[in-house]
Amino acid sequence: MATEILMPALSPTMEEGTLAKWLIKEGDTVSSGDIMAEIETDKATMEFEAVDEGIVGKILISEGTEGVKVNTPIAILVEEGEDASALSAAAPAAAAEAEAAPAAVEAPAPVAAPAPAAPVVDLSPDWPADAEMVQQTVREALRDAMAEEMRGDEDVYLMGEEVAEYQGAYKISQGLLDEFGAKRVIDTPITEHGFTGIAVGSAFGGLKPIVEFMTFNFAMQAIDQIINSAAKTLYMSGGQMGCPIVFRGPNGAAARVAAQHSQDYAAWYMQVPGLKVVMPYSAADAKGLLKSAIRDPNPVVFLENEILYGRSFDVPQVDDLTIPLGKARIWREGSDVTIVSFGIGMQYALEAADKLAEDGISAEVIDLRTIRPMDTGAIINSVMKTNRLVTVEEGWPQGSVGSYISSVVMQEAFDYLDAPVINCTGKDVPMPYAANLEKLALITTDEVIAAVKQVTYR
Amino acid sequence: MAARKTTKKPNVSAEELKTYYREMLLIRRFEEKAGQLYGMGLIGGFCHLYIGQEAVVVGLEAAAEDGDKRITSYRDHGHMLACGMDPGGVMAELTGREGGLSKGKGGSMHMFSKEKHFYGGHGIVGAQVPLGAGLAFADRYKENGRVTFTYFGDGAANQGQVYETFNMAAIWNLPVVFVIENNQYAMGTAQARSTSTKDIYHRGEAFGIPGEIVNGMDVLAVKAAGEKAVAHCRAGKGPYILEVKTYRYRGHSMSDPAKYRTREEVQKVREQSDPIEHVRELLLTGKHATEDDLKAIDKEIKEVVNQSAEFSKESPEPSVEELWTDIYA
Repeated sequence: MATEILMPALSPTMEEGTLAKWLIKEGDTVSSGDIMAEIETDKATMEFEAVDEGIVGKILISEGTEGVKVNTPIAILVEEGEDASALSAAAPAAAAEAEAAPAAVEAPAPVAAPAPAAPVVDLSPDWPADAEMVQQTVREALRDAMAEEMRGDEDVYLMGEEVAEYQGAYKISQGLLDEFGAKRVIDTPITEHGFTGIAVGSAFGGLKPIVEFMTFNFAMQAIDQIINSAAKTLYMSGGQMGCPIVFRGPNGAAARVAAQHSQDYAAWYMQVPGLKVVMPYSAADAKGLLKSAIRDPNPVVFLENEILYGRSFDVPQVDDLTIPLGKARIWREGSDVTIVSFGIGMQYALEAADKLAEDGISAEVIDLRTIRPMDTGAIINSVMKTNRLVTVEEGWPQGSVGSYISSVVMQEAFDYLDAPVINCTGKDVPMPYAANLEKLALITTDEVIAAVKQVTYR
Repeated sequence: MAARKTTKKPNVSAEELKTYYREMLLIRRFEEKAGQLYGMGLIGGFCHLYIGQEAVVVGLEAAAEDGDKRITSYRDHGHMLACGMDPGGVMAELTGREGGLSKGKGGSMHMFSKEKHFYGGHGIVGAQVPLGAGLAFADRYKENGRVTFTYFGDGAANQGQVYETFNMAAIWNLPVVFVIENNQYAMGTAQARSTSTKDIYHRGEAFGIPGEIVNGMDVLAVKAAGEKAVAHCRAGKGPYILEVKTYRYRGHSMSDPAKYRTREEVQKVREQSDPIEHVRELLLTGKHATEDDLKAIDKEIKEVVNQSAEFSKESPEPSVEELWTDIYA
């Protein structure tokens, strides 16, 4: 049967090309792999190989022809004994095949993101009101969360630099090696890119790793594995290949460790669909959220803070303290302004609220706790009441978590705003080492107070 | 390029030989068809064909047991076909259709099958190497006796994470076979221009990982080497490296003008070392099959490939709702 040879698409963007040169002539026998022609695409001159065997019955487009559209018949292959007149029979079939290509030129109608749900906010308490409370540091709470989950599930293991014999660079994994052994509490070499990839692969293989980064600054070595491998694979596999893994460790500024050890990554990871991003403030939240993160079937970036590690909070003594990811916490109710923060930013937000109360300004303070998925409903509900919003975070201003919150509130609650939203952030500089400059680079309680006074016109 | 050696006396049955012939031919015909569909605009984006390298995956799959895992980079169609994934599902993924193995959302470079223990299909050069070691880590953790084949190319062999992985695979004794598919060109850069060592597997010695060179144009040699490597891993001796010297006939991707090598070089390999011709010769000279037997296989394969192409055209594009699914489990 005669077959038409069509002008091929030889690059992802080619729509037409020049048939620069024929390397065959009518009557030649060709077999798979033989070069038939040279074709100039938008990128380069390419050799075009035969796929089928046959005899060149007729050349339809002469060499040197420019602007030959992709899928135009350029030659006819016939079988032995056949002549090119058989081509008329072949033509409609080939043309029909060409039509089967989806019309790429016609841009599909944009699919709108699902409309944001009306803010239905989960205000249920995270633990029973009568639970006994015990003071615990964030450090102890994190360790207890890991230990409880490791006791409950053999597939959970901890991997990272100095997590085992050294008992954790910040002593978060203290005692875990003794309890769970070297099989499940694993010291790695200093090789973030590699061990993160191994941990992600082990999650594909059915385990539930907790990867500790000595700081999230070092996770930049591994960010390809976190984003390209952990976050995207479920989607790329059409839902087959999930990645239950927790990446955790201290994030943001500690004290006097300068630019390469003091960055807040909340806004970076917040951008990635497929990741969940948690940044707790209190010990109870650290515990309940870490336990939920370990059980979550998705990759979770769990951003801790070195300064908060040693801070004590009330932690409820309940059997199995879990806090759902994606649920904000209202720390303090108020009516004049909403302050939204997370992680160590909460320290400034709460201090500011105390001082503002002395001036007769009632601030509602919301701890996001989870940055992605974000409980925007809780923010909007609060703004509908207070009509003013200040966000507080330690990270840089451009593309900050606060700037995202501002845009959401503008789009969904613009009519409720009585003042422009103010984002209190870290300064737009790499973290300096000098004590006085470091202080200036960080967010302060006074800045939060000033922002609140500005939006409340006091 | 290792010249094809005439295997002394193949230690395989006629049936096995025919199976390898069939499997390699399936990959070749499938890839030729994919190239054709690309030319017609039915396949978009990047499309990296496996033509010429067929003996590598077919030989290693012959050495694998049920439950063993495999992972590779973006030149992955051959691996999927060799481990038994449905040609129609692969082709429909290439055309971005609902019937594709990733529902049309992954494309040529990103396909997976939990059922066949195929863990991708990864688009970042070298990233699959620690991931593969991680699969082996999970197997060692579960003490299930499985082995993971972690494929990467001579180009990926220059990524730092490969050596981070070698180090950890060695200290943790992971049951992983690192398969370096050395087709001699990292995209358009010849090995000699990019790589300090002639034989890449030597780099494993720095980590105490044994390895060897394998003639990747000889499916029986690949199978034998694969069996040795797998036995090493299963015996709890840790990782093993196979540097399989092979050759890709086509460009790096469909839009590669291939100016970095001569036409004659490609032609010489095709004529002298073609892995499919090799098995064909063994079958015919050993009188294990007649020309007619092989013609029947050719016909059967052509039919399978045509059906996969038909399916890939008929399967509808994914529904618009699919845009929003599979982001979170």
